Amino acid sequence: MDAALLPLAPLVVVAGTTVVLILLDLLPPRTSKVHLGVVALVGIVATLVSALFLWGRAGRAFSGVVVLDNFALFFDVVICYAVALVLLLSLDYLRRNGMERGEYYILVLFATLGMLLMAHAADLIVIFLALELMSLSLYVLAGFFQARLTAAESAMKYFLLGAFATGFFVYGIALIYGAAGTTALDRVGAALGSATRDPLLLIGLGLLLVGFGFKISSVPFHMWAPDVYEGAPTSVAALIATGSKAAGFAGLLRVLLSTFRGAQPDWTALLWVLAVLTMTVGNVVAIAQSNLKRMLAYSSIAHVGYMLVGVVAGGPLGAGGVLFYLLVYSFATAGAFGVILLLERGRQEAVNQDDYGGLAARHPVLALTLALFLLSLIGMPPTAGFAGKFYLFGAAVRSGYIWLAVIAVLNSAVAAYYYLRVIVYMYMRDQEGVPTEPAPSFAGRLALGIALWGVFQLGLMPAPVLDLAQAAVAPLLR
Amino acid sequence: MSKTVWLIPFFPLLGTLLNALFGRWIGRHAHWIAVPALGCSFLLSCAVFLKVWRGETFTGDLFPWIQAGAFTTAVTALVDPLSAVMLVAVTGVGFLIHLYSVGYMHGDSGYARYFAYLNLFVFSMVMLVLAGNFLVLYVFWEAVGLCSYLLIGFWYTRRSAADAGKKAFIVNRVGDTGFALGVMYLWVALGTLDYGAVFSRVGALSPATATVIALLLFLGACGKSAQLPLHVWLPDAMEGPTPVSALIHAATMVTAGVYMVARSHALFERSGVALDVVAWVGGITALFAATIGLAQTDIKRVLAYSTISQLGYMFVGVGVGAYAAGIFHLITHAFFKALLFLGAGSVIHALGGEQDLRKMGGLAPRMIPTTVTFLVGAAGLAGLPPFAGFFSKDEILASAYHRDQFWLWGLLLVGAFLTAVYIFRVVFLAFFGGPRMSKQIAQHVHESPLVMTFPLGALALLTAVAGVVGIPSAQGTAFARFLSPVLPLAEETGGHGALSAYALLILSVIVAVAGVLLAWLLYSSRPLSAEAIGRPRTWLHALVFNKYYVDELYGVLFVRPLLRIAGFCASAFDLGFVDGIVNGVGRLVVGWAGSMRRLQTGYVMNYALATLLGAVAIVGFFLSR
Repeated sequence: MDAALLPLAPLVVVAGTTVVLILLDLLPPRTSKVHLGVVALVGIVATLVSALFLWGRAGRAFSGVVVLDNFALFFDVVICYAVALVLLLSLDYLRRNGMERGEYYILVLFATLGMLLMAHAADLIVIFLALELMSLSLYVLAGFFQARLTAAESAMKYFLLGAFATGFFVYGIALIYGAAGTTALDRVGAALGSATRDPLLLIGLGLLLVGFGFKISSVPFHMWAPDVYEGAPTSVAALIATGSKAAGFAGLLRVLLSTFRGAQPDWTALLWVLAVLTMTVGNVVAIAQSNLKRMLAYSSIAHVGYMLVGVVAGGPLGAGGVLFYLLVYSFATAGAFGVILLLERGRQEAVNQDDYGGLAARHPVLALTLALFLLSLIGMPPTAGFAGKFYLFGAAVRSGYIWLAVIAVLNSAVAAYYYLRVIVYMYMRDQEGVPTEPAPSFAGRLALGIALWGVFQLGLMPAPVLDLAQAAVAPLLR
Repeated sequence: MSKTVWLIPFFPLLGTLLNALFGRWIGRHAHWIAVPALGCSFLLSCAVFLKVWRGETFTGDLFPWIQAGAFTTAVTALVDPLSAVMLVAVTGVGFLIHLYSVGYMHGDSGYARYFAYLNLFVFSMVMLVLAGNFLVLYVFWEAVGLCSYLLIGFWYTRRSAADAGKKAFIVNRVGDTGFALGVMYLWVALGTLDYGAVFSRVGALSPATATVIALLLFLGACGKSAQLPLHVWLPDAMEGPTPVSALIHAATMVTAGVYMVARSHALFERSGVALDVVAWVGGITALFAATIGLAQTDIKRVLAYSTISQLGYMFVGVGVGAYAAGIFHLITHAFFKALLFLGAGSVIHALGGEQDLRKMGGLAPRMIPTTVTFLVGAAGLAGLPPFAGFFSKDEILASAYHRDQFWLWGLLLVGAFLTAVYIFRVVFLAFFGGPRMSKQIAQHVHESPLVMTFPLGALALLTAVAGVVGIPSAQGTAFARFLSPVLPLAEETGGHGALSAYALLILSVIVAVAGVLLAWLLYSSRPLSAEAIGRPRTWLHALVFNKYYVDELYGVLFVRPLLRIAGFCASAFDLGFVDGIVNGVGRLVVGWAGSMRRLQTGYVMNYALATLLGAVAIVGFFLSR
């Protein structure tokens, strides 16, 4: 490998794996594509290892438009964990749904490449490139079960709205370029510093926020999420909820904390409102859902609201808290989607809460696993969710946003209702009709095991990872 | 010495953990863990005792426990003659009871659980005795209560056992609340809970403060040691397995109150009034419980009231300032009461679970070891020389007399007479006369196995010889001299009584022998039918037979009003008001959710519109600043 490319090792590994997959897909066997999944998994694990290996290194490549720092590396780790879990869950899931195609793994890796590039991007054009690479792959993946009507609806809505939001995003880039004369993030920041309150720059930022808001599904750009999650393959829903959201936050944090730090009072006030709206709408509407995938969609919107609280709080505590929370949230959300994905009722995926009646009596381990993921999402100690919320809200209080923290805590209480409802169904209701049965998938169980480990590792010993997260945001705040 | 001391509670704790966690696999081998664990504790206690005998004492922290601002406390142990004596008694008697349980509980489905609880009980009691400050004392004071609850309700599928466990726990709570308040007040008043510091600074307390603290602590002692008016739980505690009764009545639990008062005698002396209260509560309880014991027909109930009565004697001892006498009676009582309970257990075992004296009789020829040892225990309880109970009880009587507490002395003397009557009533009804049980049961009467009779023999031996250390002399008894570093020797303050020490001694013997003779006259001189025993014939008999209707009185005064208030709170207040608020808020949010959900139309253009409006709002916001 060229020495200049070494800082980009995670990106290079993923890109290389993707190329290998495309070639492998052309070779026999045509019926089974599990080996593609395994190769993709190996590639992701190698990426993870390379990211961990590079920890502490800093550098730039391609004339400075791609950057390597701890911030990017932390996101590499979060994204790789999320993608690895999704791949493990997909192995049997595709076959069970009769959609075992090589393209799936290739598209997942392309999306991954886009996510990683987003974390490493130091130029608005590269951010746009990464966003599009990720989004286009996910649009296709959302409609992957092409025979289903809901899948087509899901992909179509995702694509139309995504294109709409991207339009705002590109327009924002154009305005910023017009005002600052550059698209490189650090030079935009410098221009912001010299030209005091250039409205063009701020409008540009506002339009960028629309694009990011769409990606992380913050209110009012969230409306696609429930429909897309519902129609997309569950594994893809998990990928959108975890990996793509992490990538969105990577871009958002880098742009806000580093480039637009000079305009912090402006966007802080805006994000305060967005955070409150996002978590409140997410939690309240989640109550009205009886479809678990839709419920998790609203739940993921609510969690974005919590993370925005950390962005508002700012500083190493707040931003570090967001990074930590992303990891925590990814484990629990991927785990919860994983359990849903494994459960079937009469050849159909078990997505309604009625399907979960009496599950604990027949499959105590699986029910307990789902219960633990949900408890982590509630924020119950000693799970990771508690530690994550504790640091986020604690950072808000430290920064003086007491009311924001109060609203967030009240929201967490509301959230307990719909998570606990699933647990009530599993433990206190009786099963009716055809029993819900889990698919015999070793890889799926392995994924759940890893996610469960994460939930407890981060819950019982949060300090080491939190230190890493705070070290990761340090280069941005310098 | 420090390591040895901490190992004493460690072994039972280890036994508890092993049997509790792995009981499912250990099952019927549980005693191989529990009994050796207590054996080790006993041997270590003996070693510690010998060191203390040679004059060593020990105070040490295991670890700092709570550090919150000005309040710091550690888990502290204090080993001095008093705790050394208690340690040996608790672990020794506890060990024999463990051994006995191997035979008695053989084949029970909760075998491992039983031994886990039993170990925990002894562990808690050992820690209670070892505690070097009031907070550790309080924690294990509560732990002992918890263990009694678990063991009394051991056969929890039986309604009466579950109720008895609850009753013990609730009645103890009343006392423990007082105890907790006492400990808190002590901290507020003195700023420390350490024994040494508290007792040396006790002079700084005003007598009124000392009285309040001492009486609050004594309320706790009343609960634990089953004194009036909190005695009601102990007779019901019979629902537990018989070895548990022996453990509660002899080695652990009930002795805690007496130990606590003796330990904090400096505090009670500072008050003065509190000591009188202790003595009078003890004296009245002693006579009160003895009269009830006369009329009971359940063998274990007689013994239970006897325990309450004997604890009363101990409180009189410590209440009149004869602390060593009180503790000495505690020890001898531990021996003979454990013996009596285990003997009763042997009888019950032989009769297939029968506890009713009316259906016993004529067991002596079939169960010679049990009969002989039970007789020794009865003689000890009745205060017949030369058994241990004679010396210890007589010393308390003499102490009361010599301090001019003639009324108390009179109460105790009558009590001693009644004691001899009721315990020999049990002896005659159970072991002598003609058999009154059904033929079927009579055929199966058998002596218990060696693992049960060995503890009986050992305890009988102790009951027979332990009196030696209590033989009075000019310098007090040997036992009192040993404890004198902790508990001051009794000083003769009164001396207005006309009777000399020897006259008192002879009077005690006469009273005891008269009691035995009366019992013989009533219950053994002529054959009795089962129906004739225990049937109330006069209103006085009915009053005593029904335990002065105390349970009924409490039922009317406390239990029923409380139930009614609780019922109101649960149905009207909680369901109507509290739940109403909660449900109202919940319904509000759900309604809100339903209406907001309608915004999610499913139409892409609406979604896009929302995005557009959001974008406009954001840009507008930035432009407006």
